[in-house]
Amino acid sequence: MRTRILLSVAGLLACWGSVACGGSPSSSTKTISIAQASQNVVPISVNSGPAGFYVDGAFASVTVCIPGTSNCQTIGDLLVDTGSSGLRILSSVLTVSLPQQKSASGNPVAECLPFLGSYTWGPVQEADVQIAGEKASSVPLQVLSDTDFKVAQGCTNFGLPSADTLQTLGANGILGVGFFVQDCGTACAQTGSSNPGLYYECPSSGCQVMGESVAQQVQNPVALFSSDNNGVIIELPAVSSAESTLSGSLVFGIGTKSNNSLGRATVYTPDGFGNFSVSYKGKSYATSFIDSGSNGYFFLDASTTGMPVCADASGFYCPASTQSFTASAQGTNGASGAVSFSIANADTLFSNLSDSVFSELGGPAPNMFDLGLPFFFGHNVYTAIEGKSTPGGTGPYWAY
Amino acid sequence: MGSNLFRVRRAADVNSSLVVAVWAAITILMASPAFATLGGDIASVQADQIHMQGSRRTTAAARYTVHEIQAATGTVVREYVSSDGSVFAVTWQGPWPPDMHQLLGSYFDQYFQAMKAQSGARMARHPLVIEQPGLIVEMGGHSRFFTGRAYLPDRLPSNMKAEEVR
Repeated sequence: MRTRILLSVAGLLACWGSVACGGSPSSSTKTISIAQASQNVVPISVNSGPAGFYVDGAFASVTVCIPGTSNCQTIGDLLVDTGSSGLRILSSVLTVSLPQQKSASGNPVAECLPFLGSYTWGPVQEADVQIAGEKASSVPLQVLSDTDFKVAQGCTNFGLPSADTLQTLGANGILGVGFFVQDCGTACAQTGSSNPGLYYECPSSGCQVMGESVAQQVQNPVALFSSDNNGVIIELPAVSSAESTLSGSLVFGIGTKSNNSLGRATVYTPDGFGNFSVSYKGKSYATSFIDSGSNGYFFLDASTTGMPVCADASGFYCPASTQSFTASAQGTNGASGAVSFSIANADTLFSNLSDSVFSELGGPAPNMFDLGLPFFFGHNVYTAIEGKSTPGGTGPYWAY
Repeated sequence: MGSNLFRVRRAADVNSSLVVAVWAAITILMASPAFATLGGDIASVQADQIHMQGSRRTTAAARYTVHEIQAATGTVVREYVSSDGSVFAVTWQGPWPPDMHQLLGSYFDQYFQAMKAQSGARMARHPLVIEQPGLIVEMGGHSRFFTGRAYLPDRLPSNMKAEEVR
C-alpha cells in the first residue's frame, strides 16, 4: 500500500539540520538540509499518488475552508507544481461546499487551463486556504469537473484530453506554486481577440469566454499569504537511483525566516515566458526551464542524445546502459552553472512496480531542457514569485 | 471573409544573418491571405490567420515558404508551404497553445487518438512526442509557455531536414 499524505516523521527526523539525507550520487557527496515541519513548512512526499501509478510526483496536503468559517476540509495528495500557479482540486474529493464565483452579470464562472498534454476544466470557487501555519483568505481556486458545466468548445479546441478525474490526473488536485501570481494574468482580463479564452461565464445556455479581472483569477495561494509570501523552496534528499517513497519539505518564503535563507544558492532569472537557457554540446536551448510538475529530465531528442525512446513507456528514454549528461544553465541575469544528471532505461525502472521515485528518469522534449522533479533531488530549489521582493532580488527567479 | 478582420503588417526585412544564411531568403509582403492547415492546399484556406486574428509575414526559401502568423494572444504560428502549395509543417510558440483543431485540420483525429493512447501504465506529466505513420507531433513547455511542431515527414521537400522545421 502506498504512503498517503501522512508525514513520514521518521524520515523527517533523519533529515533534520544539516545531516546528509538519503543516498548520494557516486561521484559527489551532496549534503542538504531539509527544514522540519513548522509554521512555514509543509511535508511533501514523492510516491505513487492517490491513484497508485504516479512516477516522480511530489504530493502535499492543503486545508480549504468556506471563507470566514471553520467549516474546513484537509485534502491530501495534491501535486506540488512549480510549473503552474493556482490551487486545483478534483470535484470528486471535495466534500466541503465552497461558494461559486459569479461574473458581473451574475453567472457562475468556470475555467479551462491548458497544461502540457491535458487541460483542467471546472468552476471557479473560493476558499480560505491553510497550508502548514500559513493562511490566505478567499482564494479563487479551480474545482475540476467535466460535468458541473459542459466543457466549452474553446477548451476542447486546445486539442488536449481533460484531466479532471483521479484516473486522468493521478492526483487529488494540483498545488501550483510557480512564478506567477495568477494562472493567466492580464491577458484574460481583456475582451476580444487578445483574450486567450481561459475564463468562461456559464449561464444555463452554455459557457462563453469572458474577461476575468486579475484579482478574480485563480491565484497562487502562496502569493496571498500574509507572510512568507515571496516564494517557495522544495527540499528533497538525494536519491541514488530508485526508491519507493521520498520525504521532504515545501518551505514558504525566501529569506523571511531562519529556515528559508537563500544561503549560497545561485539566482537564475527567467525571461518573460518563465524560461532560461541551457547549453549542451555548444548549442544553446533558450526555452528551457525547471518544473517540479514534470516527472523527469526531458530534453532534446533521440538523435541528439543518442538514446532511443522506450518500447513501452511512451515519452521516456530507454538507453541500453545508463548515460551521463552535463549541460550548462544560464539565467537572463548572466548567472550560469553546470547541470549534471544521468538517464537510465525507463522500461527497466518502471518494471519494479513498488518504485515511484527515480533520479535517472528522462525523455525527449523538443529543442529544450525541462528539468523536472529529479532535478530537485539533492538540490534545494527556490522559486521566487513575480514582483515579490527577496534577499536575492525581485522575483521571478529560480535559485539552487 | 473580409480582410478588415486582420492586420497585414509590412514584413520587416530579414534582420537575422542566420536566417539570411540558411534560407537565402527574400521577404515579401503578402497582399492577399492564403493559408492552409496541415496537409491542406495553400489556395484553399485563409482561415488560420482570420481565426487567430493575427498579423502575418511570409518568408520564402529555396524549396518552401514560411508563413508566420502572430496571433492576437501572442502565440506565433509558422506554416511551411512547399513549392506545390501544400502545407507540410506547422510550428507554434507562445503563452497559450494554438487551436489544434484549426492547425492540424484533417490530421487532428490521428493526433488526438495517439495522444490519448500515450498514457501508459505509469502516470506522467511530460513533453509529448507523437510518432505516427506519416505524422510527427512534438510539444513541450509549462503553464504560460507552449511550444511545438507538427509535420508530415513524407512530404518534406527533398533534401530538407526535419530540424529546419522550427
